[in-house]
Amino acid sequence: MSNLSDKTLTELVGLIKSKQIKSEELTSEFITNGQKGKKLNAYITESFDIAKDKAKQFDIKPNFDCLLPGVPLAVKDLFCTNGVKTTAGSKMLENFIPNYESTVTTNLWNEGAFLLGKLNCDEYAMGSSNETSFYGNVINPLEDKVVPGGSSGGSAAAVCANLTPATIGTDTGGSIRQPASFTGTVGLKPTYGLCSRWGIVAFASSLDQAGPMTKTVSDCALMLEAMCGFDPKDSTSIDKKKENYSKNLNKNIKGLKIGIPKEYRVDGMPNEIETLWEEGKKILKNEGAEIIDISLPHTEYALPTYYIVAPAEASSNLARYDGVRYGFRSNKGNNLIEMYENTRSEGFGDEVKRRILIGTYVLSSGYYDAYYLKAQKVRQLIKKDFDDSFKKVDAILTPSAPSSAFKIGEKKDDPISMYLNDVFTVPVNLAGLPAMSIPAGLDKNKLPLGLQLIGKPLAEQTLLNIAFSMEEKINFKLNINKWWEK
Amino acid sequence: MTKENNNYFIKGKKDNWEVVIGLEVHAQVLSNSKLFSGSSTKFGANPNTQVSLIDSAFPGMLPVINEECVKQAVRTGLGLNAKINNYSVFDRKNYFYADLPQGYQISQYKNPIVGEGKVLLDMPNGSKEVGIERLHLEQDAGKSIHDMDPSSTYVDLNRSGIALMEIVSKPDLRSPDEVNAYIKKLRSIMRYLGTCDGNMQEGSLRADVNVSVRKVGDKDFGTRCEIKNVNSIKFMQMAIEYEAKRQVELIESGEKIDQETRLFDTKKNETRSMRSKEDAHDYRYFPDPDLLPLNIDQKIIDDLKKSLPELPDQKKERFIKDYNLSAYEANVLVSEKEISNYYEEVAKQSDKKLAATWMMGDLFAMLNDKGLSISQSPISSSNLAELIQSIKSGEISGRIAKEVFEIMIETGDNPKKIIESKGMKQQSDPKELEKMINEILEQNKDKVDQYKSGKDKLFGFFVGQVMKVSGGKANPQLANDILKKLLKA
Repeated sequence: MSNLSDKTLTELVGLIKSKQIKSEELTSEFITNGQKGKKLNAYITESFDIAKDKAKQFDIKPNFDCLLPGVPLAVKDLFCTNGVKTTAGSKMLENFIPNYESTVTTNLWNEGAFLLGKLNCDEYAMGSSNETSFYGNVINPLEDKVVPGGSSGGSAAAVCANLTPATIGTDTGGSIRQPASFTGTVGLKPTYGLCSRWGIVAFASSLDQAGPMTKTVSDCALMLEAMCGFDPKDSTSIDKKKENYSKNLNKNIKGLKIGIPKEYRVDGMPNEIETLWEEGKKILKNEGAEIIDISLPHTEYALPTYYIVAPAEASSNLARYDGVRYGFRSNKGNNLIEMYENTRSEGFGDEVKRRILIGTYVLSSGYYDAYYLKAQKVRQLIKKDFDDSFKKVDAILTPSAPSSAFKIGEKKDDPISMYLNDVFTVPVNLAGLPAMSIPAGLDKNKLPLGLQLIGKPLAEQTLLNIAFSMEEKINFKLNINKWWEK
Repeated sequence: MTKENNNYFIKGKKDNWEVVIGLEVHAQVLSNSKLFSGSSTKFGANPNTQVSLIDSAFPGMLPVINEECVKQAVRTGLGLNAKINNYSVFDRKNYFYADLPQGYQISQYKNPIVGEGKVLLDMPNGSKEVGIERLHLEQDAGKSIHDMDPSSTYVDLNRSGIALMEIVSKPDLRSPDEVNAYIKKLRSIMRYLGTCDGNMQEGSLRADVNVSVRKVGDKDFGTRCEIKNVNSIKFMQMAIEYEAKRQVELIESGEKIDQETRLFDTKKNETRSMRSKEDAHDYRYFPDPDLLPLNIDQKIIDDLKKSLPELPDQKKERFIKDYNLSAYEANVLVSEKEISNYYEEVAKQSDKKLAATWMMGDLFAMLNDKGLSISQSPISSSNLAELIQSIKSGEISGRIAKEVFEIMIETGDNPKKIIESKGMKQQSDPKELEKMINEILEQNKDKVDQYKSGKDKLFGFFVGQVMKVSGGKANPQLANDILKKLLKA
């Protein structure tokens, strides 16, 4: 069978289960795509040999009684993978090979999938363009001078360019949804606590959440079902029964109330975004949903709040990278302090250092109350905005990002303008809510734009159903010319 | 209360100075595994053999609270008559050190698990109450070993992540003796509870000491200095004495005390500056986002309270009431759980008063002499009880009992067996005794005559003769009675 990699994950699983294709066949096509796609720089580490072996093993003794039988998957290089280098996009971990496997990837492997490789990302997931990676920036498969978004940029590019049937990313302030929006793919950030954080290199613990990145909504439901679940090793994991998102996926959204927040408009936002948002409302109305105008009054404070809370946690989470026990160690320095200083100066990139400094500052004595404590209070207000709105509506529809994918280098030296790209996604992380981005159309430069659906805590099924219904009507098709293979 | 009649002060050139002391005690929690990981807490294992991925802070590792450690902290709080907080929070205390893998210590800052409580001390001039400010749970750090190599420092992470209780006292202590009594009382309470073994040599009980001085009669506290990590009571007392004198000298010569952290040099017997307040770490405490706040159901606290063992103060009251002991005796006998158990075993099988006398006299002297704890005593409680029974029944005299006791120390044998085999049994047959005494009187007719003519003092001579002839085994009471009777005739 040809062009297997064009197919959706759901289709591929169907073909494997009906024994029309073998895992080896499928795997070798994705490996070939990966080899041809080097220009994209989506991979940090390829584990193709391991994948081939796993595919062979699967075909010899197949087990079809699982969600992802014989499916090769590349994952963001923030998930620790047993025996396979895990870098978090940083020089600091350039030689780090974990001897343990993250819970989320373990869940995927338990459902029949296996590892294809580790995908590029912003260093420690800090970035919105994948330009902070020590391993070089990823290029958007849709246009060679454009970023794929970040921090899960490698993941988004890999799905978009058919290097992997689906993938997983992490989302601390939009790192799944914004790159999904930039690449015309589907990305979901689950409710905080739905997916275990155990074995994921931490950025900001109270915000980090892993989620699926896929071509379609069905694929998204399937991946989420495979990866989520209670984990006693993560104290913030939610102890609840696993849901059958893929089986329960349906397009009936009749009677659902969808909120449109007036605050999700920013200066200089392209007209196409407004247009696509309007079209989204229209589709929902036609499907029987009710559109309700709502207000989330503290939205404008979300970004500054996020850029206090996230760096604060990061400054502490990244303290462990000191060169003592694993990872990079500078060979300069004559004592412990100098070893720390040199290791961290040489091992971390500029954006990571910037956030460690911000985080250290906002937690310092004398500044704690004015920054960190105030940010925590505002965070509660932002959460309350959503709580209040969810008394009136079942979900909220917004744009995913205030722009389409921007040029490589365009915002690299302007951190504020880079941070502004997260303006529609960070409130969701601060409130711990589920949200997903689905492709909605193209802007005037033929670059994709996404719409974001935000749901009540643990209402992933509702989000998926709304997205499923919209997906059909929007009928978005990626037009990829595979320039990187030429 | 002895706050008023405290008689410990530093004599300065001009004034008498009162010493004000507060203690931060770090007590290692008795638990099989660490505070946030499953690693073993056993002492003395080979370096870095009890270290999980969590303890060594590998990427993506997350802490999960050990419920047993929480219960141990609650038990300890209850033992300190303290308020248990249903809601408490774990915070990160951020600083860099090679033996702190995470780059932060998980501790409790604003919301500790245990609030205010109190401890009663028995001092020679009465009892004294010492306030407890708080108790919180935190992780221990690893160990940096600086003396294994001339140029490198080695790190052992076995201790990294073991649960500690930091018990902070109010500045209520006024002398090295009170500090001694306070530490011993804390240790005793925790040993009774089984929440900390209190072993200072192994580092499971350590303390930071806050010391300040003020003129006797002054109401305001002076500026305090903190002496770090002193790990024996003796050193603590020496450090306090040195530090108080240093402060008095400084103040009296017109200088000011800098609030600072000081180290005690055990070799030179002095404290020296480690870092000033200005150089103090900014620990950037904030709630640990990896852990949810700790919510303890009141029922759990109530159940733990119900299952609490009898504690030293209660036991002391009971000993006074049930065993007729003096406050002093009771105090000594409840100071350690093992001692109190030993006493009760002996008392129940023999005589409560004699049991106390023998333990506090001969037994403690022997243990002290041999450097043994009560659980290592060569004389078991049942053997001591038997010995006391033998005295009570008149089988042996008190004097013989001491000899038997000596043999028991050497052999660990049962006293009955010793008495039998060595023929140490007391002669208590009146007929036998009367026969022997008659013979003695026959042989000493002259003395008998003198006695009868008024020389009462000679009675002692006859007793001596009876003991000599009987080899010390004559029942003294009986011998006395018979002697008196026969001499009257």
